[in-house]
Amino acid sequence: MKTILATTALLTMGLSSAALAEIRLGASISATGPAAFLGDPEAKTLEMLVEALNAAGGINGEDVKLVMYDDGGDPNKARTFATRLVEDDEVVAIIGGTSTGTSMSILAIAEDAEIPFISLAGAIDIIDPVKPYTFKTPHTDRMACQKIFEDMKAQGYTKIGMISGTDGFGASMQAQCKSVVADYGIEIVADETYDPKDADMTAQLTKIRNAPGVQAVLNPGFGQGPSIVTRNYKQLDIGLPFYQSHGVASDGFIQLAGAEAAEGVRLPGTALLVADLLAEDDVQKPVVTAYKAAFEAKTGTPVGTFGGYAHDAFLILTDAIARAGSSEPAAIRDAIEATSGLAGTTGVYTFSSTDHLGLDLSAFRMLEIRGGKWTLVE
Amino acid sequence: MKMTPKTATLLVLAALIALTPFFFPSGYYYRVGALLFVNGIAVTGMVILTGYAGQISLGHAGFAGIGAYACALAPVHWGLHPALAVILGAAISAILAFLVGRPILRLKGYYLGVATLGLGILVAMVLNNERQLTGGPDGMAVPELGLRALLKGWGLTLSNGEFWYFFCGLVLLVGAWLALNLYASPTGRALRALHGSEVAARTVGIDVARLKLQAFVISAVYASVSGSLLALQNKFVTPDVAGFMHSIEMVTMAVLGGVGSVLGAIFGAGILTLLPQVLTVFAEYEQMVLGLVMVLVMIFLREGLLPSVLRKFRGKDE
Repeated sequence: MKTILATTALLTMGLSSAALAEIRLGASISATGPAAFLGDPEAKTLEMLVEALNAAGGINGEDVKLVMYDDGGDPNKARTFATRLVEDDEVVAIIGGTSTGTSMSILAIAEDAEIPFISLAGAIDIIDPVKPYTFKTPHTDRMACQKIFEDMKAQGYTKIGMISGTDGFGASMQAQCKSVVADYGIEIVADETYDPKDADMTAQLTKIRNAPGVQAVLNPGFGQGPSIVTRNYKQLDIGLPFYQSHGVASDGFIQLAGAEAAEGVRLPGTALLVADLLAEDDVQKPVVTAYKAAFEAKTGTPVGTFGGYAHDAFLILTDAIARAGSSEPAAIRDAIEATSGLAGTTGVYTFSSTDHLGLDLSAFRMLEIRGGKWTLVE
Repeated sequence: MKMTPKTATLLVLAALIALTPFFFPSGYYYRVGALLFVNGIAVTGMVILTGYAGQISLGHAGFAGIGAYACALAPVHWGLHPALAVILGAAISAILAFLVGRPILRLKGYYLGVATLGLGILVAMVLNNERQLTGGPDGMAVPELGLRALLKGWGLTLSNGEFWYFFCGLVLLVGAWLALNLYASPTGRALRALHGSEVAARTVGIDVARLKLQAFVISAVYASVSGSLLALQNKFVTPDVAGFMHSIEMVTMAVLGGVGSVLGAIFGAGILTLLPQVLTVFAEYEQMVLGLVMVLVMIFLREGLLPSVLRKFRGKDE
């Protein structure tokens, strides 16, 4: 009996010390379901980064274990998985929430449990008002609007038309753009919408073309809708400057719309899309090229902005754990908030107690499509 | 003394709810349990509609959506207490079911399925598109119910997970009790007669149209309450709760477990709530496994899992 007890005690000690020697991180990503085109590259990115990090010796000599669940884009499932990560898997931090809905669900759990949470979703509500344990890596819709309007103002446009998708992304960006447009002395003279599943948007575009004095057109949207709008725009030969949102900042957009129709389209994108065009002394150049090379070698598919969000979340988190020298959630939180000048693929992050996004407008680069390729607008 | 099936069902259910927490290794299991009970409530409604009255609905998530959004909207816009919002949601669901039920329930089979499907999708579309009111696809926050704080005031401190586990369990017990009472009542017998043969039921003087409508309204209230409980425990709601997939889930749970029996349907809800949690390792195959289970049950255990298995055991006893 004594030997059994002793063995059990030894075994338990062995197990618990083994468990202590690893840092457990959690993730709830929408790798399947309607948001899969966002979640899938995010999940692959996280898996790839954990593998690379452990191969390089982990953080401060401790291996990282990533517990990742697929919430299918359902906020109810995301909440269950977040509970599981906190209560059952006992992770020290959570990455995830591919969409705004899933992020808001996870956020509530993370804040209750006082565990750092880095969201990969766009909406400003996630970090405004600032919540102690919640951070996010993607820039907000409002910043994309500001970047676009900044460019329009520089070009001297004062009257524009807008055609927006009615999906979450398009509708949210439409609202944000309308709220900041006046700051740039620009007036929206035509405001049209389309359903993301529509196959033809010529009616709305004709209406915009007929609006008096319209000088440029903006299309906040996501998925395949903007490609169809771009094709229709060319077919109608509207000829006015055309702006897309960061929602379609990927090579897939040029392929879907066709290089000819997409010629001259401008949009705010991240450094990741133009990795080769970045100046040698650009602080983002090394991290962007490294991630692009690794991801493309691993998956055989081109990198996109969304995988980049997951990359940056992981980078911020591991950087914070290394600096904190501890895997206590509270210490990690403090270290994340103290992050300063950390170059990611999306931008250069500097967090503070009043800013849990950490990016400014410089994170966006104004891009233009020329001959089926992305070019930087200076 | 021989126990009636009703008492037996309720005792089994109560014992399961009360005793399983002793085996929970962590707080996460309370969350899964609470979800199971919420689904169980909706599925009990399906038993009344489909199991008793023999009518199908592919749109009950629409009523869950109404219940859920009542808890989100009424407190924010009219300052109503969340507990009253649950009742308001149930009332709106009942009225809507009453108004659309009469024309819809004239249809049979596939046509009834498609009409109810349309109803559910309409509710989801309204929730998605009325952005200024519902927050659109991004969803909106739901206020705290406040009951947990009240219990704390009385000296009963429960964690969030524990509270929702026992609260939803209690509501499920009440729901099951009502459904079982209905089964044995004259109305329940009339419903079952209607299920057996509408023509025969009519010839013995049963008001078929009224009864179908009653079953539809009652099951809508069950769905609405389950939606409310889901919204209140999540403290956040998106239009997914009213989505097509949620409707299908409800029907699948009921049919899988055994749509003719309350305990069987709740058992089905349990399986379909737990499977995705167990199958996280094979998340990519989850849909496939669920489909396979469904097909096998349909072919080999046509009454649903629980009733078929119970019959087998009883057969051996005799």
